[in-house]
Amino acid sequence: MNTANRATMMLETPFHSRVKELCQINDWGNWMGFTTPNAFFDVELEYFAVRSTTGVFDLSPMNKYRITGPDAEAYLNKMVTRNVSKIGLNRVGYTVWCNDAGQVMDDGTIFRLGPNDFRLCSYQRATDWLLWCAMGFDVSISDETDHLAALAVQGPTSCTTLTQMGLHDLNTLKPFGMREYDFEGEKLMISRTGFTGDLGYEVWVSPERAEPLWDQLFEAGRDYLIKPFGSYALDIARIETGFIQAGVDFVPAEEMVRPGRTRSPFELGLDWLVDLEKPLFNGRKSLIAEKEKGSRYRFAILNIDGNKPADHSFILKGDQQIGTVTSAAWCPTAKSNIAFAQLEMPEGGVGQEYVAEIYYQRELHWTRVLAPCRVLDGPIFNPKRRRQTPAIPH
Amino acid sequence: MTDFDAIIIGGGHNGLVCAGYLAKAGKKVLVLEARSVPGGCAATNEFVPGFKVSNCAQWLYQLSPAIIKDFKLKSHGLSFAAENLATIALDASENHLRISGDSLEGAGISSEDHENFRVFRRKMRKYAKLMQSAYEARPPKLVEHDWRDKFTMAKLGLGMKGLGKDDMSDLMRLILINIFDVMNETFASEQLRAALALDAVIGTPMGPRSPNTVFTYLHRFFGETQGFTGVSQVAGGLGALGDALSQSVTALGVEVRCNQSVTSINKTHDKATGVTLASGENLSASMIVSSADPVTTFRTLLGYSNVETGFARRIEHIRTKSGTAKIHLALTALPNFKGLDEAALKQRLIIAPTMNDIERAFNALKYDECSDHPALDISIPTLNDPSLAPPGQHVLSAIVQYAPHSPKAGWDSLRETFLDRVIGEIERYAPGISDLVCGKELLTPSDLEADFGMTGGNWHHGELTMDQVLMTRPAHGATQYRTPINGLYLCGAGSHPGGGLMGLAGKNAAQEIIRLGDAA
Repeated sequence: MNTANRATMMLETPFHSRVKELCQINDWGNWMGFTTPNAFFDVELEYFAVRSTTGVFDLSPMNKYRITGPDAEAYLNKMVTRNVSKIGLNRVGYTVWCNDAGQVMDDGTIFRLGPNDFRLCSYQRATDWLLWCAMGFDVSISDETDHLAALAVQGPTSCTTLTQMGLHDLNTLKPFGMREYDFEGEKLMISRTGFTGDLGYEVWVSPERAEPLWDQLFEAGRDYLIKPFGSYALDIARIETGFIQAGVDFVPAEEMVRPGRTRSPFELGLDWLVDLEKPLFNGRKSLIAEKEKGSRYRFAILNIDGNKPADHSFILKGDQQIGTVTSAAWCPTAKSNIAFAQLEMPEGGVGQEYVAEIYYQRELHWTRVLAPCRVLDGPIFNPKRRRQTPAIPH
Repeated sequence: MTDFDAIIIGGGHNGLVCAGYLAKAGKKVLVLEARSVPGGCAATNEFVPGFKVSNCAQWLYQLSPAIIKDFKLKSHGLSFAAENLATIALDASENHLRISGDSLEGAGISSEDHENFRVFRRKMRKYAKLMQSAYEARPPKLVEHDWRDKFTMAKLGLGMKGLGKDDMSDLMRLILINIFDVMNETFASEQLRAALALDAVIGTPMGPRSPNTVFTYLHRFFGETQGFTGVSQVAGGLGALGDALSQSVTALGVEVRCNQSVTSINKTHDKATGVTLASGENLSASMIVSSADPVTTFRTLLGYSNVETGFARRIEHIRTKSGTAKIHLALTALPNFKGLDEAALKQRLIIAPTMNDIERAFNALKYDECSDHPALDISIPTLNDPSLAPPGQHVLSAIVQYAPHSPKAGWDSLRETFLDRVIGEIERYAPGISDLVCGKELLTPSDLEADFGMTGGNWHHGELTMDQVLMTRPAHGATQYRTPINGLYLCGAGSHPGGGLMGLAGKNAAQEIIRLGDAA
């Protein structure tokens, strides 16, 4: 039974007592069965906290798996498309993994905690697949989801806030690096990662230290206008910065019912994550074949005229429908109307111009807008501060 | 340069047949057999000093005549001690039923059942002929639109049409149901029903009421298309078939090495390059052809870490259960079966009084227990072939349905009990036989697994169920004898069309490899 598709929100995260207090408008959503806020007080203001000061997002429901044992690196190298050997100690790598048909099952991040000690964060529940992949490997796999609480602390003042909280010299931590600090008699792990495309960190503690972490963080960030944000604000931020989401921008391959509805990494614009030089990984044969034969679809980031978000729009070339939109948002910082689209090959080259067929309703009246749009050559929001080390103080 | 063009893992009949055809096509072939003799399940063993028995397969009833001819097996020592034996279904009140080809004798069979039997067999022959067109070719894939596969499918389709409307719709009805229902609707005689139902379940972990048992019946009946109207007995035991095949392929230039256990298949990237032996020796070849069962091939020899996960998962899911054991008795004299003369004892004797008896015997298997009253398929091979025992003495061999692979109590504590139980069953029809026993042996599914390298002890290298035959045998990704690893092929019973000392898997595999030519 997949709890993600059920209306029940039976679970609460270790931060729930604090989240509940700040969730002024009671707009709750379901994330893998966890009760999580869609919004705390105002989606746009929450979004602007991320872009202008510091936003805090509870990502405890994220599935976390610990993979250890002599074959841990070899195991992950077979499971995921990128070369895990290139992820250094105390470094984090974003990756996807595929089934044998080379279709993306999920995306996530790999944290290298030791030579053969990894943490994998995934969108989907993955125990079943992780165990199948373990056949023939000397690894042990455990689900750490309930043993780790995590907060994303994102935005220009995030480094300053966390330093204020006592994480000294945090500004020297490089993007995709991680580091441990003492916290309340335990270890706190912090990684310079996130889903907003901004300067930002993710902070990992035991569930017992979750409430002290939240309290100390908000105390430290008070002067830096720290605010919690919910999944709606996160959605705007991730679209603005070009991050796809499992279950939204692609159907997890092993959940697909209708043939042809899944996507390969190439079709999601993730070529850079696929290392075909690796001797073996799930999907390799199919992906090599796809390279030769050509992909069916191309992932495109579209800049659409006007300010009507192009949710679920058809993309037209003349009279012909050549694709559909999977994610769309008006992006306030970029001041652009952005959409992710799946376009039929060979469409979707950078600079190509199409029309988005947008439908929206005002007071029971449906209106259609045919908005010209153009394929961008990458994410529209990509600030320098996201990568700068040492992180600049605010 | 590699040491060989092809290394065949396993010198069973399919491995040898494949090797022989590849040698005929000019390949330099090495066969590596883990056991001390070639032949695999076509084996003879001296289980008690002076007493020999076919210690894995008991009868020959499906071997392709084309293979006998292509490898001149008769001039390499294959001879039959008896051919196309009758089946005698034993009856406690000596009202035995004799089944030979289309004819039935004894047991008070009604004239209607005589006619029903002829009609039934005529229909089965038509179905078996249809299977033949599929069995004697590589299994067709459905979605790749290859013309060869389309041809096979077209032949199958035409064959179906050729059955006529009634027989075709009856086949569609029968193929997925169970032999119990088919027997009940066809015959009045319970003795006849049970005798035929036994043929459907022997070698399977299924009972007469299990779905799929009409298919397994047809699989066995397929032997009729290969010229067998009954079981045959090979002179010297089935090991003589292994020897004849080995000699023949050796004459064709194949090198057959026994006592050579392969421990791993070696590869670079996705190309198989050779094998490593238990001795540590490495041998290289441009192709590796495994006649080991698919689970052994991929789990043990290649390693699941070397194939993509979805494929590994499908291999791991192959059902390889067995419910079949063998028992061998050394006898100081010919046993006396009530109501049977010596000529009758030369035939195939079965103990399966009713279908419910078989079903009850099967019930135990479901719970990994031994049958209280197992069904038996008995041979007294020394009557047709006195060379197997000292003069005047005899061997009795029986296939036993059902015994589990891993009983909860463990075989160590059950072995003697179960042996005695089986002897007790025979004793009911052959009083005094236990006093003649001077040596005995029980081969459980786990013994057969260990000795012959068959996962689960399943003599088909994977159950013959509708989801594990044709284009899904052994599993998607390894059909048509190819595997995800370039240069690694399958040629054993785990591949289409399955097991039963038929040789077609080995033959089809060789044909496919030869057809692929340089691409192989």
